[in-house]
Amino acid sequence: MDQSDVKQWLDAGMYAQLRIDRFNAAYARCIDNDELEAWPDFFEEGCLYTVTSNDNHQRGFVGGIVYADSVGMLRDRVSGLREANIYEAHRYRHLIAPATVLSSEGDRVRAEAPFAVYRIMRTGRTDLFVTGRYVDTLRLGPGGEVKLIERRVVCDSSSFDTLLAIPL
Amino acid sequence: MEMTTEDRIDNSMPAWPDTLTRVPFEVYQSREVHELEQKNIYEGATWNYLCLEAELSQPGDFVSTFIGAMPVVVARDVDGELYGFENRCAHRGALIALENAGNTKGFSCVYHAWAYDLQGNVKGVAFQNGVNGKGGMPPGFDAGQHAPRKLRIATTCGLVFGTLSDDVDSVEEYIGDAVMERIRRLLGDRPLEVIGRYTQILPNNWKLYFENVKDSYHASLLHLFLTTFEINRLTQRGGLIVSPDGGSHVSYSIIDKTVAAGSEYKEQALRVDNENYRLHDPSFLDYVDEIGDGITLQILSVFPGFVLGQVNNSLVVRQVLPKEVDLTELNWTYLGYADDTPELRRMRHRQLNMVGPAGLVSMEDGAVGGFVQRGVGTAREYSAVLEMGGEDAASSDTRATEASVRGFWKAYRRHMGV
Repeated sequence: MDQSDVKQWLDAGMYAQLRIDRFNAAYARCIDNDELEAWPDFFEEGCLYTVTSNDNHQRGFVGGIVYADSVGMLRDRVSGLREANIYEAHRYRHLIAPATVLSSEGDRVRAEAPFAVYRIMRTGRTDLFVTGRYVDTLRLGPGGEVKLIERRVVCDSSSFDTLLAIPL
Repeated sequence: MEMTTEDRIDNSMPAWPDTLTRVPFEVYQSREVHELEQKNIYEGATWNYLCLEAELSQPGDFVSTFIGAMPVVVARDVDGELYGFENRCAHRGALIALENAGNTKGFSCVYHAWAYDLQGNVKGVAFQNGVNGKGGMPPGFDAGQHAPRKLRIATTCGLVFGTLSDDVDSVEEYIGDAVMERIRRLLGDRPLEVIGRYTQILPNNWKLYFENVKDSYHASLLHLFLTTFEINRLTQRGGLIVSPDGGSHVSYSIIDKTVAAGSEYKEQALRVDNENYRLHDPSFLDYVDEIGDGITLQILSVFPGFVLGQVNNSLVVRQVLPKEVDLTELNWTYLGYADDTPELRRMRHRQLNMVGPAGLVSMEDGAVGGFVQRGVGTAREYSAVLEMGGEDAASSDTRATEASVRGFWKAYRRHMGV
């Protein structure tokens, strides 16, 4: 492949997908390593972050598990988990599959990535907790930075076990 | 007739002291008790919340749900009336409706294609007269004699309830005047719209969740968020309504920011008062007094499984369904009013962050029942203690009481005959 072939290949969206996959890997690592204070930094100000079911998503029902339309609300969720909410110790293991780039306009890219999240309780019990897909609008900045404008966490099932404290 | 301890044991129910202040832990663990509850409570003289009228607006609309463990269908027929029947084919017992909801002209069992109308009547038996003159049902077979059990359906304020009992009072009398008034307050005169729903799986007996709903004592102790941000303090104005039969309750609070917060929390040095905890974006707590009575929080329940909650402008209906002795399904339906302005609808969406499995205010409620379920695992012969606020199950102007939890047990024991 000479240089023009590489350029064409990258322009065809592969570069965008690589950037999103790398971004998603960092996103998963942030949550799973319990670095939640850094989690809101994956989002732009004025972002939208929701957690809902596929059923609600298909029906156009906005009311789901989480609805946050500012980075401040994400920070408040983290400080709530740290300082206010009471829950048994547990952590997640995210497995995020490669993204599909759906469309792009300027530096805004729409993409989807399927995920599975395992939940590890303090007892050692490990369960498949949630499967679903991230339905995203991302901004791929010129300096290599990537931010979420919108992340709709669309869970495959409408049933949620016990509680959803740590974000997906 | 007075029941003896021997009778209670024969009935598989634990011996119960003659007070509402004790609950034998065995009732959260016994399979025999669980089965008796289906018969005596869910299939007994109770009204069970099924769905919203808003989900059944057109003729042919149906919802499949449960009365306790019994699968049921609720449908609106072409006459405009609502009907309910057991979701069980009269032939071999298979489920008649296999979808959660939909619109149909009638039902057909997938197994042998017996047909049903929207009222649950058998309308046709496949091959009733046989094929080529052979086989078929015996002459005189009357399919009308075989039908799934029918429910009585009643609606109030857009809520659909069902019962298998011919004896139970009207649903309004069953709920009681004072509690009905608080349902009308929220749902009485504006058309409702579903804005979202999901199911939460709880790792505990259904009663532990329903007690938690009725427990006004725990709210500001388990849930830090409410306390710190002055949404709900025991020292604020508010109170508790318990219906005369104990089965229904309302707990409510009215914000009164002119009154200095009480010092009870600081004096007791409880962990729940953290002055350093401030929000980055408190706007999601913004509240519009839609009703004009200043009530910012109202939690309401109707025995055995209906909950209506208002926290600020968020509105939610919860249906509590027992699945196993130690497994409960909680079906959440978020509501708005059909005539909401976009601004108000956005407020409702944002305020949903307060409740549910990820609720900043009350996510603990999903887990705390499991803590009890595991805690009492080897304590069948011991009892829970419910003495906060005395021994009765009466309404009061304080929520530092377990009166409505005792009310639950008052209703429970009457239905169970203990």
